[in-house]
Amino acid sequence: MEDLRHSRTLPGQGLVRLMPPPPLFLLQPLLARVVRRVAALHPALFDRLGPHARDRFLLDVGGLPFLLLLVPDPAAPRLQALRRAGPVPPHEARIAGRFLDLLGLIDGGADGDALFFSRDLDISGDTEAVVCLRNALDDVEGSIAEDVAGMFGPPGRLALASLRRAQDRAAAR
Amino acid sequence: MIRPELVCPAGTPAALRTAVEAGADAVYCGFRNATNARNFPGLNFTPDELAAAVEHAHAHGAKVLLALNTFPRAGEVALWREGADMGAAMGIDAFIVADMGVADYIADNHPNTRLHLSVQAAASSPEAICYYAREFGVKRVVLPRILTIPEIREIKAEIPCEIETFIFGNHGLMVEGRCSLTNYVTGLSTNMDGVCSPAGDVHYDREADGSVATRLADVTIDRFAPGDQAGYPTICKGRYHAPHRDDAFYAFEEPVSLNLSAMLPALIDAGVDAFKIEGRQRSRAYVRSVVSAFRRAVDEVLAGGSPELADLVALTEGQKQTEGAFRTKKWR
Repeated sequence: MEDLRHSRTLPGQGLVRLMPPPPLFLLQPLLARVVRRVAALHPALFDRLGPHARDRFLLDVGGLPFLLLLVPDPAAPRLQALRRAGPVPPHEARIAGRFLDLLGLIDGGADGDALFFSRDLDISGDTEAVVCLRNALDDVEGSIAEDVAGMFGPPGRLALASLRRAQDRAAAR
Repeated sequence: MIRPELVCPAGTPAALRTAVEAGADAVYCGFRNATNARNFPGLNFTPDELAAAVEHAHAHGAKVLLALNTFPRAGEVALWREGADMGAAMGIDAFIVADMGVADYIADNHPNTRLHLSVQAAASSPEAICYYAREFGVKRVVLPRILTIPEIREIKAEIPCEIETFIFGNHGLMVEGRCSLTNYVTGLSTNMDGVCSPAGDVHYDREADGSVATRLADVTIDRFAPGDQAGYPTICKGRYHAPHRDDAFYAFEEPVSLNLSAMLPALIDAGVDAFKIEGRQRSRAYVRSVVSAFRRAVDEVLAGGSPELADLVALTEGQKQTEGAFRTKKWR
């Protein structure tokens, strides 16, 4: 199995690593709720995905103790957590990056091309699918990260604010 | 003193709104098809999106320029004509064109909508520019990025139309509108299909030593060692072997971005009427950062000040920037 980890540690990354890994069965319904909520708020996103709306995107978020598999199928959007130690699931594209960088992408504060240039974003597989996903996620009003944080009320919004401060500190270094 | 228009990229409706909010005087965009030179997957506007975008931009005092700047194949001009008809009906402020047949159609059928000559037309002499102005009523030319500021000044003195120059972003120097590198490798045409190094033909392969090889179809166009900065997978910016050298090198162009932030006063003095920021394929974050920075810079210059320019190098390709031929023909 590929080693999908990144070696650099940034503020916020340590925060994520200090958290004990949650059991995946507790995460799955949460992730399912998140992806359905995002799909409901941004239906135009699927139109931009075009032929790649049913592709499987493997998300390797640095510092998280699990992988994520995203299938942005408009009929049945899916986001599920997978054990890192398990077999690599079938996927059309893989996107790897640090937690704060990937958060920045869905928060509308980071530029994917810049992260790619600096080698902080690693992609493989179907490049066209990744480009479609990037363009679709970028064409939203507001911030997907805010939408998700809002689902969890004040604690969610506080957590997002804290992570944004961590991003600012990381960018200043 | 000319007040140059800040012309900003909008690859999506969200990017357009971001550009307008950041201070764009005009935004340029395209339909989701081969009529424009950024025909990338998931990018660009449907007719309904563009109509809404025009309404939004106009309500906030910004203009919308529609890029129809690719070249139709023989017998396939209908898509460009349809794009022109729709754009005119929506009230866009100008068409950006490269093909003479498209220019001719718009001049005949939509004479009240401005025509701008795209950099894809590669018009770099007063004679060529005057021809387009005379025959099709072109009101502005986007100059190729191969001219020095003194050359721009000389051109301005001899043409009847406005000049627009790029000031930031991806630096393209192949003969614009005529490059066949992508066609040679993939069969798709940059100039007719609107895609340079199409994403569907790009592959990133991680190698055992941690390097990443970039392939366009069956051609390896670069290999980035761990720690190297990367660039776009554009074939002209790859590294190749040649008989006269032992190492792979940038035989055509390098991954570097244009940044003329320090030359804004000189460009205004030379008679440039509009500043163009490249990047329809870039994110809202890029648009917000770059447009805001140049809005402040241009306003500061016009107020007689020396702008403190934001450090935009993190957004540049290869994390390198240049003033290119605007400074000197010997820049490479």
